[in-house]
Amino acid sequence: MGKIEVLHPGLYSSIQDLGRFGFRKYGVPQSGAMDERAAGMANLLLQNEPNAAVLEITLQGPVLKFQEAAEIVITGADLSPVLDGEKLFNNHVVHVKAGRVLKFGSRISGFRAYVAIKNGFQTPEILKSRSWCKSVTPHHRLEKGMEIPFLRSGISASEKFSAVRSNTYLVSEIIEVYPGPEFDLLSASEKERLQKCPFSVGMDSDRMGIQFQEKLQNSLEPIITGPVLPGTVQLTPSGVLIALMKDCQTTGGYPRILQITQEGLNILAQKLPGEQLQIKLVNYR
Amino acid sequence: MQVFPKISRMGEQAILLQFEPEISEKVLKKVLVCQKILQEKFLKGGVEVINTYHSLLVTYPDAIENAYDGFLQLKEELELAKILDNFKSHLFHIPVCYDEKFGVDLDEISEAKELQKREIIRLHSTALYTVYFTGFLPGFLYLGGLPEKLHFSRREYPRIEVPKGAVGIGEKQTGIYPQKSPGGWNILGNSPVPLFDPNLNPPCEIMAGDKIRFYEISLEEHQEISEMVEKGKFKFRKEEYDG
Repeated sequence: MGKIEVLHPGLYSSIQDLGRFGFRKYGVPQSGAMDERAAGMANLLLQNEPNAAVLEITLQGPVLKFQEAAEIVITGADLSPVLDGEKLFNNHVVHVKAGRVLKFGSRISGFRAYVAIKNGFQTPEILKSRSWCKSVTPHHRLEKGMEIPFLRSGISASEKFSAVRSNTYLVSEIIEVYPGPEFDLLSASEKERLQKCPFSVGMDSDRMGIQFQEKLQNSLEPIITGPVLPGTVQLTPSGVLIALMKDCQTTGGYPRILQITQEGLNILAQKLPGEQLQIKLVNYR
Repeated sequence: MQVFPKISRMGEQAILLQFEPEISEKVLKKVLVCQKILQEKFLKGGVEVINTYHSLLVTYPDAIENAYDGFLQLKEELELAKILDNFKSHLFHIPVCYDEKFGVDLDEISEAKELQKREIIRLHSTALYTVYFTGFLPGFLYLGGLPEKLHFSRREYPRIEVPKGAVGIGEKQTGIYPQKSPGGWNILGNSPVPLFDPNLNPPCEIMAGDKIRFYEISLEEHQEISEMVEKGKFKFRKEEYDG
């Protein structure tokens, strides 16, 4: 087994796969990569299975030392990755020699980067998933001194994979949403405001939920606690909109006014606090 | 009894079924019977069906293409479903230590409700509670059946950390914190039983539809049970329940 040693943890990094399914009825969050598109692209370029575990990095990257040679791909946010002084590019297969150190620098675009490794990271599976989540797995974020295991593979020297560039969604400012179960209870003016005014990502945002800075008039009663999902947008009594993200609870008591599309979630996961978005209401086909 | 859920989509991968918006055992029973029918129907392919008080959420591993049409057909089936009056579940006996070491808000509740502490404990540990569903935290049971005399508002300032096993009251509900977490409920005791163990599959033994009754234990018994839990030797006291 190869290992990556964490020399510095960075701001917030965690191991994620596509998520934990089949355990929602026990109150277990779904978890999984916040930007599924970027995580999926990284695995695709390495010919990994789609559910292979990747490292999700938020804004300020960690410093990682490869104790064995490895094949990696970095996708999602461009956080200026550097391998022993050599600048790396996102969406390219990179051969890393044993002993090399991967660092990140300033942010160029996006908010979350993904590091995938050939065959996926081999951290333990808990409840059928490798995704880290507070209250479910022993660790929920990268810490200094941790060793992240991976399978050593015969490194294929050939560069048979073409690098792809499909990063326009990283800078998209439009998030498509469906009406949520309580959407119809909103007044006409609130519905209009939702679609006409820009909303900006608030500081109180993490893997559980992203709050928006702009408030809505809220004349709705709380609902009887009901099911929620990643992508559900709740309206709190004070008028704050909270978009639930991958580590959200399974149930909630605030009106569920919107449900963000999968692609909308990928876009939202790449937004910095303060960045603006336009909500576009779409209907089910 | 007939069943008429309102069916709507919730994103690309989920369908929401909503029954009458009320918190009652009657509605819960409908919800759980429908859940059973759906689970049997969709058992394959990683489809999950979770329940809350009056809703079911069916989630699919991939985007739904025409399952919605299938659901409209299914609606007929659900409408015709006969709901049996006796619903088989389990009654769990849950030990709670109400000693002042754990019951840090007992005095406050006692004063505000003008009830002796003994009376609070007696009321809390004789009621029969129904498990409606699990949510908020992994293994956190939403329980109905708290005696009205014990209904008590949440704390004005939630605590940053409530210990694992804390038994609390929040408005009309009582519950056990399955792990340490922030919490706004008033705490009257502590239960050493394991409610969520991610290393077991299933990670929770108590499920929606089950019943719970608390019984009082001493500090020593709390310690003994904690040690058994730690050694993996703890077994719930439970019996079959027809209700």
